[in-house]
Amino acid sequence: MPDVRLVNVTKRYGKLVAVDNVSLHIQDKEYFSLLGPSGCGKTTLLRLIAGLIRPDEGEIYIGDKLVNDEPPEDRDIGFVFQTFALFPHMNAWNNVTYGPKVKGFDMKNAETIGHEVLEMVKLHERITSFPNELSGGMMQRIAVARALAAGAKLLLLDEPLGQLDAKVRNELRYDIRKMTKDLGLTAIHVTHDQSEAMAISDEIAVMKKGRIMQVGTPQELYMAPKSIFVAHFIGESNFLEGYVSDMDGSEVTVELRGGIQVKVIGEAEKIGEKVALAVRPEAFSMQKKARKDGNTMTGTVERVTFEGTNIRYEVRLENQDMIVIVKPSMIGEWCSVNERTSIGFPEDKAHLFKYPDAGLKEEISVE
Amino acid sequence: MPKPSLKKTLDRLSSSKPIKYGMYSTAIATFFALVLLPPILGIAIKWASMQEIFGQPELVSRALDAIRNSFAVALVVSAVDLATGVPMAWLIARRKSRWINILDTLSDVPFIIPTAVLGYSLLLYWNGPEGVSALFGAPLLSQGWLLVMALHFTFSYPVVVRVIVGALLDYKKEFENASRTLGAPPFTASRTVTFPIIKPSLIAAFILAFSRSISETGATLVVAGAFENGPVFIQNMKNELATGKITQPVYDGSIVFASFALVAISLGIFVAIRLLGPRFKLPTQRVFPSFERKISYSKAASSRNTVTLIIFVAIVVLPSLFVTLPAFQALFTDTLPRSLSGTGPWGEYWQSLVLSYVLAGTVTVINVIMGLPMAIIVARRKLGKFLSAALDVLINVPLVVPSIALGVSLAIFWRQSIASFPEMLLLIFAHVAITYPYFVRSMSAAVERVGVDLEEASRTLGAKPLGVFRTVVLPLTKYSILSGAIMVFTRSLSETGATLAVTSQLRPVSVVLVDWVKHPPPQVTPLEIGLGCGFLVLFSFAILLALRLLAKEKGRY
Repeated sequence: MPDVRLVNVTKRYGKLVAVDNVSLHIQDKEYFSLLGPSGCGKTTLLRLIAGLIRPDEGEIYIGDKLVNDEPPEDRDIGFVFQTFALFPHMNAWNNVTYGPKVKGFDMKNAETIGHEVLEMVKLHERITSFPNELSGGMMQRIAVARALAAGAKLLLLDEPLGQLDAKVRNELRYDIRKMTKDLGLTAIHVTHDQSEAMAISDEIAVMKKGRIMQVGTPQELYMAPKSIFVAHFIGESNFLEGYVSDMDGSEVTVELRGGIQVKVIGEAEKIGEKVALAVRPEAFSMQKKARKDGNTMTGTVERVTFEGTNIRYEVRLENQDMIVIVKPSMIGEWCSVNERTSIGFPEDKAHLFKYPDAGLKEEISVE
Repeated sequence: MPKPSLKKTLDRLSSSKPIKYGMYSTAIATFFALVLLPPILGIAIKWASMQEIFGQPELVSRALDAIRNSFAVALVVSAVDLATGVPMAWLIARRKSRWINILDTLSDVPFIIPTAVLGYSLLLYWNGPEGVSALFGAPLLSQGWLLVMALHFTFSYPVVVRVIVGALLDYKKEFENASRTLGAPPFTASRTVTFPIIKPSLIAAFILAFSRSISETGATLVVAGAFENGPVFIQNMKNELATGKITQPVYDGSIVFASFALVAISLGIFVAIRLLGPRFKLPTQRVFPSFERKISYSKAASSRNTVTLIIFVAIVVLPSLFVTLPAFQALFTDTLPRSLSGTGPWGEYWQSLVLSYVLAGTVTVINVIMGLPMAIIVARRKLGKFLSAALDVLINVPLVVPSIALGVSLAIFWRQSIASFPEMLLLIFAHVAITYPYFVRSMSAAVERVGVDLEEASRTLGAKPLGVFRTVVLPLTKYSILSGAIMVFTRSLSETGATLAVTSQLRPVSVVLVDWVKHPPPQVTPLEIGLGCGFLVLFSFAILLALRLLAKEKGRY
């Protein structure tokens, strides 16, 4: 069963660097996602692993084998395309059994495999249907079945759910993960949908402009983002700008705009350094009575949005910064618009980052 | 209140249903009146004259042999063109290199060279003392059926290449990529996935090559020698009438018989291919993994590319351009200044050249005006699914009518209708009929590629139908209009068969060159013939270059 290693891989298209010196290790049998905004290089990276394009620099290993010069048909992979790429002139059965046939499998063996994978994707009754007779969800399941039937141990999925409606997407993502786990495959899944990546991945690599920003489990990425971009791209974050006013071990005091002093756990270089604090909307507490301990600020509620499970508050702080607070709708009292409220957050629930030279807007930009 | 501009007035009028239906009806009526019916009715008018030929069994036998030869040559040549043109198209479509642009341009050469010039060039190359025969000490291909087949292969080759290159460039490579990721080596991926998907284009390429071969006259006359196919038979009958060997009724009967047979059988084959073609399945079920893997990779692929390029250079490009050799020699003699001064035969040559360009230009303008609404009718199925499909088929009729037969039929039809029908008008009508399908085919495919949602978006924003066409469809199809117009222009320029059939007074350059080659006047030497052909090739290249430069922004297409 293969693991996949990329060592200093770069791919250029003219002046554009689509993949910029990427090194990555995907463990055997891991369900790994490449997550990032459109144009960040995740599909390019996937196609490099598949052998559909060649790297300009670096090495790609599947198992222990260096595969840079290996064509796709020799890499023993299964690839699921965003557009399904089902052969329009073949019915579902011929699409699914195509891989075993071209690889020279024994015909009986090929038929057995074909039946098994079609049962797995629950589409055995549609084996005589042509792609133009199938719904989007069915086509995607046939595409997955086709990739699995070829017997590959490494499954590559390029935004496999991108063309499907939300309900089908939500069902199919768990089905795909379950199938790969049951078969003991290594899977690399490209998506721009963070909820999809978070729901099904063992590990995720967040990409921006051809580079890996952070690799970690969904929990690590959410709870401990290592960059402003990741803090912004994964989930939601409020960013508060300020300057380091004091440092005491791992406790850093930051003076926000308007002289508000808050303490956070983190590392800063020096006093006077400009920093940005990232705080998740659910990390804030709101109460009507003034708080006396911990990080406290006052603010006025400007908008309240009922989202079912949560209530979303847009609050203007005393220093005119705007933040978003999310609270469970079934717990505690609701605040109303124009209400003044005391806001706090725990020291260890804020993430301290050096303020980016190019500015915050540029740092969190997805383009 | 300011007067509305002409543009706004026309836009508003285009919303009116009577105006819209009137425009489409006019386009359809014009198509039937000028393009489809005259060639057919011309034959129908003289139908009774066929009795004359039935009374002469030898003549009937000769006509049937000629017709059989036409179809035999067309079928064989089209199959060979497909087999050799597809690898060339693959090379052009898939390789990324500056040399490919040169190959791409060169592959159009036989298509744009006037057919009479092409025939002469091939004759020199295969048969002449300074041609490739010199390497072997004897003529490789003498005038006759083998040279005719070489000629037909050469001028049909670019048609196949152009159609398949277009299909491969439009084709979604993801299907092939999917096949490769499933373990198929490149040859298997092409055979089992790519070619079945582009099968409609393979059929279209075959049909176009076939009809090009059936209809070709001018070049065939130059190389046929004693060999007689349908068009050569018709021209020979014309010559025999001129010498008094046969009577007018016999001439009428024989050309009607030959023309009718060529048209009817061609249409029958055409319809059969259209009906049976989609049902014909390419073999994709069986695979031969180890063999196909062997022929997929570098050595085998290099060998295939080498053979493809050798065939392309040795059998297509060099023979086509060989005529320019005497032209180079003529540059260093007094032939060039004599040609430029217009003395002797050159006076008529330059006049004929001007006539040819005026004719081609006029035909192009007429086809663009007539063809645009027809392209929209076909592409957007304005007459409903069935009728639009029928119209789509009928548009191809002039493609399969041999140009000489078309010319004869047109001449009969219009002269029967109007006693002294102007010859220039007859020439224009003949060329419009022959070139019409090229423009409409190109344009309707381009309109189909423009998404209906773009037009709908434009309508929801308030644009009237003409405004939608002007501001959305036209900008997105302008290169196809240009491409179609240039195909019409060059095809008209190169057209010989129908021109010979309808003219007696007017002599476009293709007719002059055929005369220089077949019956050279005393003052016309081989250097003069070469230079005359060379000038025509030069101007044709200039047009092709203009097409490439104008189409540059959109890539090759």
